[in-house]
Amino acid sequence: MEQPEQDVVEQTVSTRLPRLETTVKASSTTPGTTIFDVSNVSIYYGAFKAVTDVSLPIYEHEVTAFIGSSGSGKSTVLRALNRMNDLVPGARLEGTMTYRDADLYGRGVSATAVRRRIGMVFQKPNPFPKSIYDNVAYGPRINGQRNKAKLDEIVERSLRGAALWDEVKNRLRQSGLALSGGQAQRLCIARTIAVEPDVVLMDEPASALDPIATLAVEDLIRELKQNYTIVIVTHNMQQATRISDRTAFFSVLTDAKNDTRTGVLVEHGPTQQIFEDPQDSRTQAYVTGRIG
Amino acid sequence: MTATTPHQVDLREPSGWRRAKNQFATGAMWFTFLCLLVPLGFVLVTVIAKGASAISWQFLTNGTIPPNILPANVGGMGAAVIGTLEITGFAAVMAIPLGILGAVYINEYGGNRPLSRLISFLSDVMTGVPSIVMGLFVFTIWVLHFGYSGLAGSFSLACLMLPIVIRSSYEMLRLVPNHLREASYALGATKARVTLTVVLPTAVGGIVSGALLAIARAAGETAPLIFTILTVEATNPDLFHGADTALSTQIFTNATQPYTGATDRAWGSALTLIAIAFILMIVARLVTARFNRYPR
Repeated sequence: MEQPEQDVVEQTVSTRLPRLETTVKASSTTPGTTIFDVSNVSIYYGAFKAVTDVSLPIYEHEVTAFIGSSGSGKSTVLRALNRMNDLVPGARLEGTMTYRDADLYGRGVSATAVRRRIGMVFQKPNPFPKSIYDNVAYGPRINGQRNKAKLDEIVERSLRGAALWDEVKNRLRQSGLALSGGQAQRLCIARTIAVEPDVVLMDEPASALDPIATLAVEDLIRELKQNYTIVIVTHNMQQATRISDRTAFFSVLTDAKNDTRTGVLVEHGPTQQIFEDPQDSRTQAYVTGRIG
Repeated sequence: MTATTPHQVDLREPSGWRRAKNQFATGAMWFTFLCLLVPLGFVLVTVIAKGASAISWQFLTNGTIPPNILPANVGGMGAAVIGTLEITGFAAVMAIPLGILGAVYINEYGGNRPLSRLISFLSDVMTGVPSIVMGLFVFTIWVLHFGYSGLAGSFSLACLMLPIVIRSSYEMLRLVPNHLREASYALGATKARVTLTVVLPTAVGGIVSGALLAIARAAGETAPLIFTILTVEATNPDLFHGADTALSTQIFTNATQPYTGATDRAWGSALTLIAIAFILMIVARLVTARFNRYPR
């Protein structure tokens, strides 16, 4: 039973996804500095235990992909990394989560200060109802940047960084809401990198986009890796193989007796290993498309 | 081609019960719309027909309101126009910031806390308090101690406006999509920043038009002013001391007199008041359009 499945995996990866080779080579070197160290983390929403006992490291200047079916808690873990879950009433975290050796949930840690270093791009492009310029300048402005020349420079650099400058440079005063979905998402990425974060978290950034816009965003993610550490949640496994260095596979653990469901981290490692030589049968079933 | 398809597909609404229901509903809506236009049309036509003859530059600006027996071309309602603008204006200055802050608290900060639910509940109760009761309330706690003044009138109008402003602002803040707040938080904004730079600017159009509606409503209120400003016949430039006058109470006192001059003055005042409300509505539209340059 196992053997034919293995063949399918290799076929999928080697023939349909030629990019994988290059991506994996880059990360086959020893991992860099550990940015996040997640250990034994469980996250609750009120009485509901959304994620149980997750432990994984995330390394600098890599793209780490979280994959898994709906309800497996990958977005929950992602949102815990910059304390966005604080905004959900009743959300609570057990275990430890450190960022560059500082406890993210320690006493006196300001969620605001955390989010200035760890930015986030959301599933649905969400530009502010402001001009393109004001969207990008928003972050620097709330951090106290008032100098017009500096702001101009940051806006141009960020829009170039998000590969959007050439498309919008003549209409910076127009509404950010007038952009197409793919452009709006790149605007949101520009807005995120305008504050020069250390880490960019992305929650299914391409799931609302068409294939061409998706490719543009994926190219951008590969570019951004040079300067930022990226953690991305994706439902698209090909996307994970195309852009990520490391993959973490989450799954739903169902307890039929108590009728509870919770998300667990099944396996994590270099992307090529997860897709070609998964250690856990659940991972194998998922990446070969038997479930999910 | 057409020969091979003798039965063309009929894409019209099938006759029978569904079509009848549709036609009935459409007819009913037109009927109620026309019913709604009748009182509005009558009020406007009557007030313009009877009030237009009284209106003149002198009527709008002359500060001394003559005794009831004199005809409408003597003196003017200037005192009442100034009184209405002053009293309503100061009421707006008190009620609008307080109301918006209250709505911000309920929607952005309070969440499900008891204080937030209490404010929300009390503001709903306040909406239902009859306006004359507001006037009596201010009479008891203010006028009995400090005497009649425009300020006392402003207090009672502000009490009327406050729940309207809270409710309309709250509804507008609720409409601000949560993903905009999240986007701002993700850039390291504090709650106050998120509220000031994202939530309020997004909702400002609706908040402004709600506030202007409250002003227009308050400008026409009569009952809360009867016990608070006393309604005199001369201009009182001092909002804070001495009895004052306003268009709405002048309509009331003049319209209850048998003299034709007084009746004409009442119609003229009514038209003036409607014109002020109309101008406010236009301003509200312009302001809303100005703030919604980047609509969602």
